[in-house]
Amino acid sequence: MKKIITTVAVATLLSSTAVFSIQQSSVVQADIDAFQSHFKKRFPKLSLNDFSKGPYAMNEDKMSQFEAVMEMPPFEDHVDKGGELWKTAFKNGKTYSSCFSGDDKTIRTQYPLWNAAKGKVIGLEQALLDCRVKNGEKKIGSGKGKLAWISAYLTTIAEGQTINVIVPEGDKKALAAYNEGKKFFYAKRGQLNLSCADCHVTNPGQRIRGNTLSPALGQVTHFPVWRGKWAKKKGDGFGTIQRRYGGCNKQVRAQPFKRQKDVYNNLEYFHTIMSNGMEISGTEYRE
Amino acid sequence: MKKNISIVAVVTLASLFIMPLEASAKEMTGKELAFDRKLGNCLACHSVSDGGQPGNIGPPLIAMKARFPDKAVLRAQIWDATVKNSKSLMPPFGKHKVLTENQIDKVTDFIHSL
Ligand code: HEC
Ligand code: HEC
Repeated sequence: MKKIITTVAVATLLSSTAVFSIQQSSVVQADIDAFQSHFKKRFPKLSLNDFSKGPYAMNEDKMSQFEAVMEMPPFEDHVDKGGELWKTAFKNGKTYSSCFSGDDKTIRTQYPLWNAAKGKVIGLEQALLDCRVKNGEKKIGSGKGKLAWISAYLTTIAEGQTINVIVPEGDKKALAAYNEGKKFFYAKRGQLNLSCADCHVTNPGQRIRGNTLSPALGQVTHFPVWRGKWAKKKGDGFGTIQRRYGGCNKQVRAQPFKRQKDVYNNLEYFHTIMSNGMEISGTEYRE
Repeated sequence: MKKNISIVAVVTLASLFIMPLEASAKEMTGKELAFDRKLGNCLACHSVSDGGQPGNIGPPLIAMKARFPDKAVLRAQIWDATVKNSKSLMPPFGKHKVLTENQIDKVTDFIHSL
């Protein structure tokens, strides 16, 4: 009897560690814990998933404006178009889905994904592009437009799924990529000399001129976003997270980097991992 | 004679367009420099009397003479806030040439008057 109990206990232990730390590097896990507890301490009333509402979680008036827009989301047609593109076969008869493993619903939760064979971080938009090229289709722009719609579709169907981006234990190159992203996040840059962390870790909830700053925790749960500001420009309102990185770099008068290259991919890797354990909240509206 | 007149007219016209711009750039007051979004943009982070939609990342800029009896110390804060606090969020307006030396003098005078 005793033997059976210990066997069961060991089995449970094994399966629980397997679920919680699929070889996540322990250094990285310590960063996640410290990062998340900073925000929880600062905003004790918010639950982990509340942080995904960004500036709206910081301010009740803003939240009601947000909720009003989300009653009749301006982006639904484009998400539908993204879904159609996702399901439409390439000239060779295959679909995007053939490039990904597992349920379509969980694709968003794994990206950006460390690709050990290529030795680099691959964002979801890059994976979609690679899929096109592999199937004989031409490349298309990655910051907005069709690719953003497909990505928005994948984000929409992933609603409620948990973000789980991994730095594989013992993979030195993966850890180096993560550390590059982390360094970028905390480094002051631009003529105005500000880091991502200055605005989104030190000052969430504070106002910069009329804008309430969002916490870095949960910034990745709803991208691509539909921004009112982008909707006024050419095209539609959708933009990927790397489009937003470019905007935040320009804001401090720093040169934005090319999308889908190592600098922003590594940043997205670190930035997303810090929100591990949060739910994807689906595509959302932002100002 | 006719030719002369038209030359004068052209000169006047041209100066109409160029002069006012130059003059206004030269004559921006410390307050205008401090409030302009592309220049000081102090309101991004500080509330300043008379300034709409201020941010609240930095302390309100009030009673400056009491806090900065020495104007040079105030100027130094604006020129490069990272000397006093290496992690400061305040952009180093002089060191990074966001504002010219002359503009910093004017902004300092304005802020000191608050
Ligand atoms: C000068 C301040 C400032 C800096 C520095 C800054 N941002 Fe932002 N960022 C903003 C403001 C303002 C917004 C719009 C309101 C909000 O969501 O915080 C924003 C929005 C964002 C958003 C969108 C969040 C959402 O839910 O839509 C992301 C993502 C983001 N920033 C990431 C970054 C990253 C990464 C960096 C560094 C490369 C950075 N920011 C640097 C001010 C800044
Ligand atoms: C991006 C944010 C930001 C901007 C823009 C900014 N400041 Fe600041 N400022 C701060 C912060 C934060 C502090 C608090 C002290 C520190 O961290 O250096 C500060 C401190 C100060 C102080 C010292 C106040 C005290 O009581 O010690 C003065 C004076 C000042 N700022 C003036 C200005 C002026 C003038 C401008 C525009 C030309 C300006 N600031 C623009 C963020 C900013």
